Amino acid sequence: MTVASERPLTAMIDPAIGPPNCAAYERAGGWQAARLALGSLTPAEIIDRVTRSKLRGRGGAGFGTGQKWSFVPKEPASERRKYLIANADEMEPGTFKDRWLLEGNPLQLVEGMILAAYAVQAGHGIVFLRGEYQEACVRLHRAIGEARQQGWLGENILGSGFTFDIHVHSSAGRYICGEETALLTALEGRRATPRSKPPFPQTGGLWGAPSVVNNVETLCNLPHIIANGPEWFAGLGLGEDGGTKIYGVSGRVAKPGAWELPIGTPLRQIIEDHAGGMRPGYQLRALLPGGASTAFIDATALDVAMDYGSVEKAGSRLGTGMAIILDDRTCPIGMIRNLEHFFAKESCGWCTPCRDGLPWVERLLDAIEDGTGREEDMEQLDRHARMLGAPGRTFCAHAPGAMAPLASGLKLFAADFAAHIQQGRCPHHAGAGP
Amino acid sequence: MRAEILALAAQELHPRGASVAALRLVQAHFGWVSTAHLREVADLLGMSADDLDGVATYFNLLFRRPVGRHVIMLCDSVSCWIMGCEPLCAHLCQKLGIRPGETTADNAITLLPTVCIGHCDHAPAMLVDDTLHGDVTMESLDHLIDTLRNTP
Repeated sequence: MTVASERPLTAMIDPAIGPPNCAAYERAGGWQAARLALGSLTPAEIIDRVTRSKLRGRGGAGFGTGQKWSFVPKEPASERRKYLIANADEMEPGTFKDRWLLEGNPLQLVEGMILAAYAVQAGHGIVFLRGEYQEACVRLHRAIGEARQQGWLGENILGSGFTFDIHVHSSAGRYICGEETALLTALEGRRATPRSKPPFPQTGGLWGAPSVVNNVETLCNLPHIIANGPEWFAGLGLGEDGGTKIYGVSGRVAKPGAWELPIGTPLRQIIEDHAGGMRPGYQLRALLPGGASTAFIDATALDVAMDYGSVEKAGSRLGTGMAIILDDRTCPIGMIRNLEHFFAKESCGWCTPCRDGLPWVERLLDAIEDGTGREEDMEQLDRHARMLGAPGRTFCAHAPGAMAPLASGLKLFAADFAAHIQQGRCPHHAGAGP
Repeated sequence: MRAEILALAAQELHPRGASVAALRLVQAHFGWVSTAHLREVADLLGMSADDLDGVATYFNLLFRRPVGRHVIMLCDSVSCWIMGCEPLCAHLCQKLGIRPGETTADNAITLLPTVCIGHCDHAPAMLVDDTLHGDVTMESLDHLIDTLRNTP
């Protein structure tokens, strides 16, 4: 960018004027990175810069982006079919960050995809977009069409000899498609069940070809890393990690929303300064820091820095960085029941512990919340949290993700569980009224 | 439409890669995917009808049963639940005289619960056909239903 912004991802986003077209994008500093990369950098140099930038995957797992790319076979795109896929299947409950980027500046994603594809020498690009994001779909198609017309996509881009184009796949709504191997299965026109690894997608992905799946926010960072340098990007973070992060807050706060902030910003600052604190009459009781599949942390841990390592030390995960707040007037058991209903419904059904275990958990929570729970239900919940929660006992990370809020909730809200069972009713008016 | 589906299949390395796109195309035209249409699409893509039905029944947004002229998809995931989607759903059911998953007798409206639609900063949220609505209240629902009943 001409002037390196402190909030590079969203600097060009202005809902009042809509997403920039190619010319406006270029005036604001866009295409600089693609020009530099295709004109004078080798794929290896791009991978090296992205690795040094300390960029980690923004979809939830937090794998190093440069490292992820390094496993892709090195043949040029012209010699081997390879895929670069943008994961825009944003379905983690409480998460609405990629929508902002897709609707606000789709060309930034296009440029990010060109850079990633060039780095791994993939000739085929796909945006795996969730079916509900209609407006994003329209804007993305428009941006890709214009980029193609201007020579940024297609044959021999900028005379570099590199050929790359992007196809948009509108999915039809299923949470597990966000898991990268399930996403590949969905693209092959099958029920989107995850695959066993190895082979990893980087060597045997879509239709057996080497494939890289990166989250939208991850890809949108690339133009800024290449244009301004990895050291600049690494320096944007407040702690170990590089760059900015889109954080968000939903629940009973004064101003729910999303903000681009330095990665490592303390949770308290996000909630109090940006979300405006709790609404009058409500106290913050606990929260899920990064979407539905992250463990609860309570009100005493608000000073945690929102980076990968710090949130893990606090017993949870950064996840998508989009926090969901539990207030003091909402029933924690009702909230966990809602979460487990989601996970049970969205289980792909492939492996028995997940397919049968999650509905069992949901029924137990139904009973407790409705006042017919028994003491022994608590043992059963605890057993499920342990058995389904440990990695390796289910086929993919869906059930362990589902157990994160349950296992942490069983500890944090033990008194609430006990009160429900002893009183034979929910002491809260769960989810009632505004 | 057959030509369109074959064109979608031709863009893919293998025709079945177009299965979701083809089913969405059918649904956009007919409102849902009937078994007769499913069989035709399967033929065009070189798949068995059961194989394609496995895909069709897998995805939340593909309808294998008829729906009304308008579909209300009310989010029931966590942020919307905290912000009160349950009373809204009860209100809708009472007003429409149906339960979630059903269609009104005049075939105007189908009510479906849906998982998080990524509009959590404006919870409670819903999709009405292709349009996103946020900060939904009982009053805005009443107004919406009147409008939907009067639009084809």
